[in-house]
Amino acid sequence: MSKKAVSQSELENWVDSVIQGHKTYGVKSKQDKYDYGILENASQLKLDYDVTIRSPKFLFLPAVESIASFNRENAKYESEIENEAFVVFGVHPYDVVAINQMDTIFSQPNRDEHYMTRRNNATIVAVDVQTPSEDVFAGYMGTATVEEGFDVLVTRIGDDAYLIDAATEKGEKLIASLSGANDADDSDIQSRADVWEENKNKLRRHELEVEPSEWPELLKKSVESPLWEEKSEKCFSCGSCNLVCPTCYCFDVQEDVNWDMKSGKRVRTWDGCMLTNFATVAGPHNFRADKAERYRHRYYRKGAYVPEKIDGEIACIGCGRCINACVAKIANPVEVMNRLAEEK
Amino acid sequence: MAEDMYVPLQATTLRSEEMTETERFFEFKLDSGEPLGHEPGQFAEVSIPGIGEAPISISSSSTRSDTFEMVVRNVGNVSNGMHQLSKGDKIGIRGPFGKGFPVEEDMKGKDLLFICGGIGLVPVRSAIQHVLDNRSDYGSISILFGAKSPSERLFVDELAEWKEDDKIDCFMETVDKGDESWAGNVGLITTCIPKVDHDISNTKVIICGPPVMYKFVLIELEKLGFSHDDIFVSLERRMKCGVGLCGHCQINGYYVCQDGPVFKYSDIEDEKGAI
Repeated sequence: MSKKAVSQSELENWVDSVIQGHKTYGVKSKQDKYDYGILENASQLKLDYDVTIRSPKFLFLPAVESIASFNRENAKYESEIENEAFVVFGVHPYDVVAINQMDTIFSQPNRDEHYMTRRNNATIVAVDVQTPSEDVFAGYMGTATVEEGFDVLVTRIGDDAYLIDAATEKGEKLIASLSGANDADDSDIQSRADVWEENKNKLRRHELEVEPSEWPELLKKSVESPLWEEKSEKCFSCGSCNLVCPTCYCFDVQEDVNWDMKSGKRVRTWDGCMLTNFATVAGPHNFRADKAERYRHRYYRKGAYVPEKIDGEIACIGCGRCINACVAKIANPVEVMNRLAEEK
Repeated sequence: MAEDMYVPLQATTLRSEEMTETERFFEFKLDSGEPLGHEPGQFAEVSIPGIGEAPISISSSSTRSDTFEMVVRNVGNVSNGMHQLSKGDKIGIRGPFGKGFPVEEDMKGKDLLFICGGIGLVPVRSAIQHVLDNRSDYGSISILFGAKSPSERLFVDELAEWKEDDKIDCFMETVDKGDESWAGNVGLITTCIPKVDHDISNTKVIICGPPVMYKFVLIELEKLGFSHDDIFVSLERRMKCGVGLCGHCQINGYYVCQDGPVFKYSDIEDEKGAI
């Protein structure tokens, strides 16, 4: 696979050429924050952003999507699957890890065609972090850098120098227009290794005292901890932590009838385990009515239940979005895990 | 493109009959002509187009027919929609899903004690039919059924048959509150449990009922010395997707839609919030 060393203007020309030929998402400014959006030209792309408001999961699991159409008369449902290729620029390494975890979850053992079709249609251009966000702790989670799970990786290795690394066939195709650019040499590769080393230390804004690999065991011993009640007393059950989390994937499914009253759409939307009625069944009976139970459940999903499904990987990638989104300031996973470790 | 697991199959309502004031009985058949292929205790997702989809227990055994039966209390959007179904009406079906009663692996050769409260009889009926249709594979069969009142008894014709059926060794019914029409037992179902002649070392117990019933039935079984490995419970949760993804039915690390709805009690007794 090719590795190219390019200048700022070469990079921008390449991004523009990609935008010409593909539906292209990228990280853009949104007032004083950043979010993914459709790119119209390379100058809109912010590669030095700190963190995006939304994680890129919405590209594969949209907040609202139609999954089928139906006919009320004969109960015939027909699958609706969005099938359009796209490129996404600017995915930070921790978000690449989250996408890879979701790939496992949505393909095994039951394959979600809606997610997987979008995923297979995507070409992911990852970008190494230049500006750590105020709450990031990816350095502790082993997610500050990645060596796989993307199609192209872009790393700023100097004032006017980037290393562009194609990791897959898809990525190779995407950088074909750079064939005239210089191949990266050993010193470029070394510069990137230096960036990686630096990022592993820089992306540590909250000091985590528990190794991620120890989370499942620690949580197992902490079911009765007073922390769950204490923290959740302040919880508004708003679900903000769920919405911004790149590894939260719970969903609800509802039906919208069209104006003709004969046909309609089956619509999937994001849901959140912190919301009051998440576990309510007809009756009604709420199996998780207590917010301390919901609060605890969320941490166990991240640190114990989901890891069991994905080969022990912790379903928290240290992006810090929940810390920032939580109005009550109770959603910091670092605080929770450190405190549980202290209790033991 | 691979098959979309969220798309229901079409099915037709063959029967829609009032069972009690709040419960309705249905018989459905897949339009493909194929049997649903369910095991006792499994559930399916029923779609009423325009209203939505909900997990519903399958109440009949596949040993009896290519059709399948359900009994639904009208307490939610989809169940209310089902109560409007007439013969010939179409519905959508996904499934069957989940792990049912272990009629093959754990229950064969054993004495069986079924303890059902109210609509808990609905999923258990599929297992009772299965074991009656394979009678020689099992030891003694005891069935206990409790309803709140005589008017809330389900499958009354079948209950009358079971009472007379020589293949059933012990059949007992009770209601929490009697009326003039009722000459049978009055009292909680827990009072019936000690009256059964149990060979505790060779009995598997199957329990299904409202959440509050489990607690007291389990205390009673505990008193008699039943092993938690020999007790099976069928649990209700919000099984929205049926395929272990949407998250609504989770009991801690378990997905009720895939790992349940039937659980061996010893597997979940330490799970906070399970029972």
